[in-house]
Amino acid sequence: MAGTAVLGRLTWRVAELVDVVVETPRVKTLVFDVQGWPGHRAGQHVDVRLTAEDGYQAQRSYSIASAPNGTLLELTVELVDDGEVSPYLTDELQAGDRIELRGPVGGYFVWEPAQGGPLLLVAGGSGVAPLMAMIRARDAAESHAETRLLLSSRGWDDVIYRDELERRAGDGLTVVHTLTRSQPPGWTGYTRRVDAEMLAEVVPGPTERPLIYVCGPTPFVETVAEALVGLRHDPQAIKTERFGPTGG
Amino acid sequence: MDPLMLDGNAVAGLLQEVFAVEMTTAIATCGTCGAADAVGATHVFRGAGIVMRCPHCDNALVTIVEDDARVWIGFAGVRTVQVTV
Repeated sequence: MAGTAVLGRLTWRVAELVDVVVETPRVKTLVFDVQGWPGHRAGQHVDVRLTAEDGYQAQRSYSIASAPNGTLLELTVELVDDGEVSPYLTDELQAGDRIELRGPVGGYFVWEPAQGGPLLLVAGGSGVAPLMAMIRARDAAESHAETRLLLSSRGWDDVIYRDELERRAGDGLTVVHTLTRSQPPGWTGYTRRVDAEMLAEVVPGPTERPLIYVCGPTPFVETVAEALVGLRHDPQAIKTERFGPTGG
Repeated sequence: MDPLMLDGNAVAGLLQEVFAVEMTTAIATCGTCGAADAVGATHVFRGAGIVMRCPHCDNALVTIVEDDARVWIGFAGVRTVQVTV
């Protein structure tokens, strides 16, 4: 329930990989079955822990991309070339393999269908993952909350969840893309990084009091949040989740 | 702007492990400027340890240092933390 503390210590759980979905050349979605998973809310994340044979441990946080669905959990992972964890998750982990994770974690960057809309979602690259959980939860709850997603990607082939977003669009969901590095022939959409002018064109006005969620690399989130405040949106209505250069 | 900056969500797991309560929705009041805001909205910097700063005045609210078996948490910059129970 929103606003209610979730009591209970976090424990590490065993998660078994059951499926892998290739999203883009650099991004995969890993589907885990987690015994005893207590369920989650859209926007929450998990901490993933890998332990090497010599006992060395590495830990990273990944947003949950799936709507609540029993013991199944989807994490969308972008490959960071010199990363410590993401190359293992995206290239080596195979169905049947097990990792440790704890969660669900977080309650601040969360949206539940009962909160309604209008909803404004702004994502840079793989920052779309927790926002996708919100879109999926919205559909699962048959919510018609007015929702706009502004998604910044490098190119058309780098757009995560591209086909699913096209399929889900309509019925109150509008998806706007900007492609910052390369565009397919005939592209008529935005071709630059998200800025104040783009936000003013795309987002509901402050008088509509949208609930705003911004997720992406830290510089992206800073730019978007500052621009939204400049457009007179209520700072308290803007929730942010920054990736930082996590070292993947 | 520091590109390494994260936010309070980044330490949600650690805080919940210690306090057994979801802490990113807790409201922390800054001991310097008096602003009250969600722990999830704080600015988080990771180095040898973790520093959580007030998003309004940059005051260091909380410092966290871990080793393999223990965690030290300093609340030197916080006036109060309001937790829903």
